[in-house]
Amino acid sequence: MGAGHAHRLYRRGDSPVHALPPHTKLAAVFAFVLVVVSTPREAMWAFGVYALLLAVVAHHARVPAGFLLKRLLIEVPFVAFAVLMPFVAEGERVEVLGLSLSVSGLWGAWNVLAKGTLGVAASVLLAATTELRELLLGLQRLKLPPLLVQIASFMIRYGDLITDEMRRMRIARESRGFEARGVRHWGVLAKSAGALFIRSYERGERVHLAMVSRGYAGAMPVIDEVAASRAQWSHALALPAAALVVCLLGWML
Amino acid sequence: MDAVTDTPADTAPSLEVSGLAFAYPDGHQALFGVDFSIARGERVALLGPNGAGKTTLVLHLNGILSGGTGTVTVAGLPVGKRHMAQIRRKVGIVFQDPDDQLFMPTVREDVAFGPAAAGLKGAELEARVDRALERVGMAEFKDRPPHHLSFGQRRRVAVATVLAMEPEILVLDEPSSNLDPASRRELADILRSLDVTVLMVTHDLPYALELCPRSLVLSEGVIAADGPTGELLSDDALMRAHRLELPFGFDPRSVTMGA
Amino acid sequence: MHVPDGFIDAPTSVATGVVAAGAVAVSLRGARRELDERTAPLAGLVAAFIFAVQMLNFPVAAGTSGHLLGGALAAILVGPYTGVLCISVVLLMQGILFADGGLTALGVNITDMAVVTVIVAYAVFRGLVKVLPRTRRSVTAASFVASLLSVPAAALAFTFLYWIGGTTDVAIGKVAGAMVGVHLLIGIGEAAITALTVGAVIAVRPDLVHAARDLRAPLKLRVGGELVDAPAPEAAPAAARTSHRTVWLAGLAASVVLAGFVSFYASADPDGLEKVAADHGIDRKAEEHAVADSPLADYGVKDVDDARLSGGLAGVIGVGLTVVAGSAVFWAVRQRRAGDTSPSSTTVENV
Repeated sequence: MGAGHAHRLYRRGDSPVHALPPHTKLAAVFAFVLVVVSTPREAMWAFGVYALLLAVVAHHARVPAGFLLKRLLIEVPFVAFAVLMPFVAEGERVEVLGLSLSVSGLWGAWNVLAKGTLGVAASVLLAATTELRELLLGLQRLKLPPLLVQIASFMIRYGDLITDEMRRMRIARESRGFEARGVRHWGVLAKSAGALFIRSYERGERVHLAMVSRGYAGAMPVIDEVAASRAQWSHALALPAAALVVCLLGWML
Repeated sequence: MDAVTDTPADTAPSLEVSGLAFAYPDGHQALFGVDFSIARGERVALLGPNGAGKTTLVLHLNGILSGGTGTVTVAGLPVGKRHMAQIRRKVGIVFQDPDDQLFMPTVREDVAFGPAAAGLKGAELEARVDRALERVGMAEFKDRPPHHLSFGQRRRVAVATVLAMEPEILVLDEPSSNLDPASRRELADILRSLDVTVLMVTHDLPYALELCPRSLVLSEGVIAADGPTGELLSDDALMRAHRLELPFGFDPRSVTMGA
Repeated sequence: MHVPDGFIDAPTSVATGVVAAGAVAVSLRGARRELDERTAPLAGLVAAFIFAVQMLNFPVAAGTSGHLLGGALAAILVGPYTGVLCISVVLLMQGILFADGGLTALGVNITDMAVVTVIVAYAVFRGLVKVLPRTRRSVTAASFVASLLSVPAAALAFTFLYWIGGTTDVAIGKVAGAMVGVHLLIGIGEAAITALTVGAVIAVRPDLVHAARDLRAPLKLRVGGELVDAPAPEAAPAAARTSHRTVWLAGLAASVVLAGFVSFYASADPDGLEKVAADHGIDRKAEEHAVADSPLADYGVKDVDDARLSGGLAGVIGVGLTVVAGSAVFWAVRQRRAGDTSPSSTTVENV
């Protein structure tokens, strides 16, 4: 996770996309992905158009293509799965380069690859243009239960701290000559995990005390209000709206 | 002070503790009748060995722990369910680990947390935050996430989070722990510049001597001594009896008090 | 097992989204009841712990390693409500921050990995703890079984979702057999680490193990300087009930475990798989690896990513391999022994 606040995927910038209020971006990305997933897989051209739409957004956000493509690698595991589909799926088969492939499997593979890639690309764009703090505010604004947002916010605030503690424990282990090399050493690692849990939980209790001492009574005081103008909403929603048109065309054509 | 003005506040001591005894639910008794009083504007150190009940006492000051016998009064206001919100605003506790204290994503939000919980909003809230950060010299770090700050800076921000509530009394738990000498001095300068009542819980005896004209020794759950810090630290028998040890080569008699 | 967008069709995604939202809402309420105003900081810190512990790599055998999924661990340590919340928040953040798991698949992922895992683990754990003798060893044993079962249970749930809303018509029996089988093996690693971790916590702070809170040492009273046991309310009747339930539940647990193993071996012919995959496997694997390494590097801490990605990789490739072998088609993508891969490779080898 590196640095909890400005997370790894975030790219500082002052593009129009960066400037959009976070909840409009979240809503837009979510709607976009939903539209993409609802598009019939036979409308191959539609996915090309979606990719173009994302490219336009990336251009506006000044997110370089290389950056975006590199982040796409996250979906590699499912690419592997997709590659298998033509071999294992049922139904009609075709010969391609001497291999007998299932037609529905091919469609399935294409479906997962296209939609999955677009989904990841959209999420990466969101993460690249929105600071962590803003994402949380956006989620809050989108009426995610406040308690859930608080939990997420604590997780992010203390994620690095706990990861660091874990790293220190590993260094402590290693500097005493211990190196986990197999099943025999699980016990030692589990002890570290147990100690880590206790430290985390106890820190949670102390944080709670600190909060209570400053007047916390169950609800987080509202400090920042994010608001979006009509224009900002329409900018953000341009993406899913365009996608929706494409999707509808895809169903009709 | 807030708009809320309490008539007794002007005359009453900042903090008055009397007959405080407390046992944890598991039966472990930590306090056995603590009595002391701190006048407005005083800086007092609370000294004591580990396990003397210092933390337990601190948690009583703003009502996090309660249920034993005895009373705690803050600026004339008894600590209890009835005035809890007000008490929590009046008693600002700075905990030992600033990471526990700084739980919000940015310095600004953290400092704003207390006053915002008390209902402050908008420009007034912003002004309060700025003032608190200025008092600890951290104004330019306003929008930083706390974990990007050095330890000393985090401790200063932790002090600011409490100052922003404009407390009647500032309670610091081991303020000098883990600080390098420069941060230690900076914090001392800040604390000296504040015009609030300070109760400083510590085993850093030179720090207590430097900052607090008066000290209390808490030992085995009671106040074992109360007097000018220099005198207490020079009393070898007292110090030995309560497991308080001065650092090697430090002689309280040779220090001229700056406070 | 982080499902991406497009894997499950839109209606099913939405439906699972509703299920997940419902489960999270119930958990919010439940957690609030248990922890009241401490919910946010405690659940947040536990979520951070789960997040961190997913990065903790444990070596399996030479060169391979696995990592914890954490659902069962969370359920046992902090209870089902807080457990669901913590895992859900981890999944939500992974989806939004790291694009790990599709946004539309969030419902699927939460239902599967947070809700099913936690509920199964907690139910099994509570059941076992009730019938086993009241000792720490029982808690450890119950943790083992609970987490062992929770992983294939999640796989089964995934198969069910896939059956309803999968976008490719792979025979459902194959998916089920492969998913459950492979995840049973992954579950063994998960179970061992979870049990040991719970054991470690219980040795130091037994009060923090939510699911075993009633196993706390009896209170002592100090009577005239001597430590005396405080009267323990209701300890006796609980012990009495256990006797015949023990037999019943142990039998049930054993048969579930057996069923899992049998289905796994029935669904795949792993020895055959080894041979089939041998030739083509190696170059494929190398290629795969070249790609697999880089996202990890970006994802943050090296170990972390490795572990997590490989966790996903493990499940997916493992499933794929078993399915391939089962239907005896063509070649397989072979993923093993490669540098720092994980349970997947282990799985294959164990098979």
